[in-house]
Amino acid sequence: MASNERTARWPARLHVVTGKGGTGKTTVAAALALALAEGGRRTLLVEVEGRQGIAQLFGIPPLPYAERRVAGVPGGGEVRALAVDPEEALLEYLDMFYKLGAAGRALRKVGAIDFATTIAPGLRDVLLTGKVKEATTRSREGRRVYDAVVLDAPPTGRIGRFLNVTAETARLAKVGPIKSQSEGVASLLRSPITAVHVVTLLEEMPVQESLDAITELGSLHIPVGRIILNATQPALLTAAKVTKAELKRGLSAAGLPADAGAVSGLAAEARAHLTRRRLEESLRTELTETGRPMVELPLLDRGVDRSGLEELADRLMSG
Amino acid sequence: MTTPHLDVDALLADPSTKIVVCCGAGGVGKTTTAAALGLRAAEVHGRRTVVLTIDPARRLAQSMGLTELDNTPRQVKAIDTEAGGELHAMMLDMKRTFDEVVEAHTTPQRAAEIFANPFYQAMSSTFSGTQEYMAMEKLGQLRATDEWDLIVVDTPPSRSALDFLDAPARLSRFLDGRMLRMLLAPARSGGRSMFSLVTASFGVFSRAVQKILGAQLLTDLSGFVAALDSMFGGFRQRADETYRILQDPQTSFLLVAAPERDAVREAAYFAERLVTERMPLAGLVLNRAHRTEMTGMSAERAESAAAALDAAGEHPVTADALRIHAALVRLTEREAGVATTFTDAFPAVAATSVAAQPADVHDVDGLRAIGAALAAAP
Repeated sequence: MASNERTARWPARLHVVTGKGGTGKTTVAAALALALAEGGRRTLLVEVEGRQGIAQLFGIPPLPYAERRVAGVPGGGEVRALAVDPEEALLEYLDMFYKLGAAGRALRKVGAIDFATTIAPGLRDVLLTGKVKEATTRSREGRRVYDAVVLDAPPTGRIGRFLNVTAETARLAKVGPIKSQSEGVASLLRSPITAVHVVTLLEEMPVQESLDAITELGSLHIPVGRIILNATQPALLTAAKVTKAELKRGLSAAGLPADAGAVSGLAAEARAHLTRRRLEESLRTELTETGRPMVELPLLDRGVDRSGLEELADRLMSG
Repeated sequence: MTTPHLDVDALLADPSTKIVVCCGAGGVGKTTTAAALGLRAAEVHGRRTVVLTIDPARRLAQSMGLTELDNTPRQVKAIDTEAGGELHAMMLDMKRTFDEVVEAHTTPQRAAEIFANPFYQAMSSTFSGTQEYMAMEKLGQLRATDEWDLIVVDTPPSRSALDFLDAPARLSRFLDGRMLRMLLAPARSGGRSMFSLVTASFGVFSRAVQKILGAQLLTDLSGFVAALDSMFGGFRQRADETYRILQDPQTSFLLVAAPERDAVREAAYFAERLVTERMPLAGLVLNRAHRTEMTGMSAERAESAAAALDAAGEHPVTADALRIHAALVRLTEREAGVATTFTDAFPAVAATSVAAQPADVHDVDGLRAIGAALAAAP
């Protein structure tokens, strides 16, 4: 498949990646940013929670509030990364719209910025998503600066509130620029330009939270993209049941110790594997019933390094 | 050097252990661990125990008979009370807890004004940190009643495990901050502005806020700030008291992690913080650790035997089972490697591990099994 056909399988331009904590959403977001940079394209990978997860993943020093190249992709593409800080975003915003200059710095000095983003958490989210919107829609000399923006978003438990910016600010700001800013963000997030992808493991809690998040996003009219099953493992047992007698004969035939301890140990491992796989199958069915397209990523045996990310990127494009 | 083993039973049985705080990254099984510890303290050690959960999975909450978020400890039925213990469980209602704090520190009329203010409404339900602060507030309240032998606390699913330690201080710093004082300065000086550097920069702020947010918002904000002002001392004092409870030797922190890189890194950050803050770290619980049941067979040996069986076209089930064993051995090796990043950095911190369960836990029997695994000898 040509690279433009492959990237066309992910039609949105702003890809919001969420998932329960521990499901690997940062890894998936990074792999998606690499994948979408195929064919000489440029992507931006954004984080908003001050965790410096991107820097850790790529093994680089903490990211400043600036767009930095973190990876090149064969074919001339590149991934840049940005850690959005709400204070910096507010100052930038003030500067852009009000030319505050030195007054802006004074505000920071007296703690006004900290105050503003603390007292009005909705404001903080508008600033963060506002910055993401700015990067998504930014053009230079008539050309888009980024072919795609991938946001490593807050986890499933908070994603609805995070993206539902107008509801939060409407409560505080009834008129004025903050209101129009949040409305601009809201309409981008509800347009086909955006897709929210939900990363999950085939485990009960992450699947339940994913289903809840999909329902919540649906009721907010925010477009859900794909369900990404992360760290999946192949079924290693083709048979539906395992007996000790069978294992005893098999171990003997293989010239391995076939004492009672070895046989029952191996049987216990095989049965646990079967239980696990059956649970995974039923969870997979539940996810399929949402009707959302799914893509599966394998568990990386050697942990996540650059070649692992590339493997995941390739699976995202072909799966 | 081997890591000392965490003796969970000794910790739970010790009458001087009054509070156990379970903390760690999201998705590592904190709530399940807290519930299992509470159950074991009640059933095995006969202690009157309450488990404070923050955001339990629906089925886990149901397993303890919790159906609503109502801030009231409910006795968990269907447990073994032969040892004389009781288990109660509650889910934190963040907003109600905040309301209670406000009510405790101001007049009913003032409280009504505060509740009606849109800033209060936003802050009490969404301020990142309110949940952490209110969890600590609730812990302080439970401790103050002196009704419980043991309080087990699950911590909020924070962005980072550290938020939970920082939030009370952040909130009190915020409430005591320069910004707030500046907003109050005109009111305190009888409405006349003082010609000082402070009010000059406040003027800049006020103008900027007016310009950006509009006048209505500024009015709401001033109202909120003025109302909060009456509760200043109270907030500050409570946050300080909670902090002292956390430093008390009767409190024990348990770090909960899964043998995954991020979770272990988070646990290590947290351990560093606890040491810095002089808070009592009891040990590390490594959840979801995989174990092999067939000891003494290497991954390589199992794989080559499986390949030989395949080649002979015999015993396909045994060949599959051997490959499952090989994958499990590799996984346990990888997990052990991840765990050493913590134990190498904190060799003196005791640890225990709980085997990965093939399916999630959502009944009392499951919690009992986890409790037994937590307490089991290595």
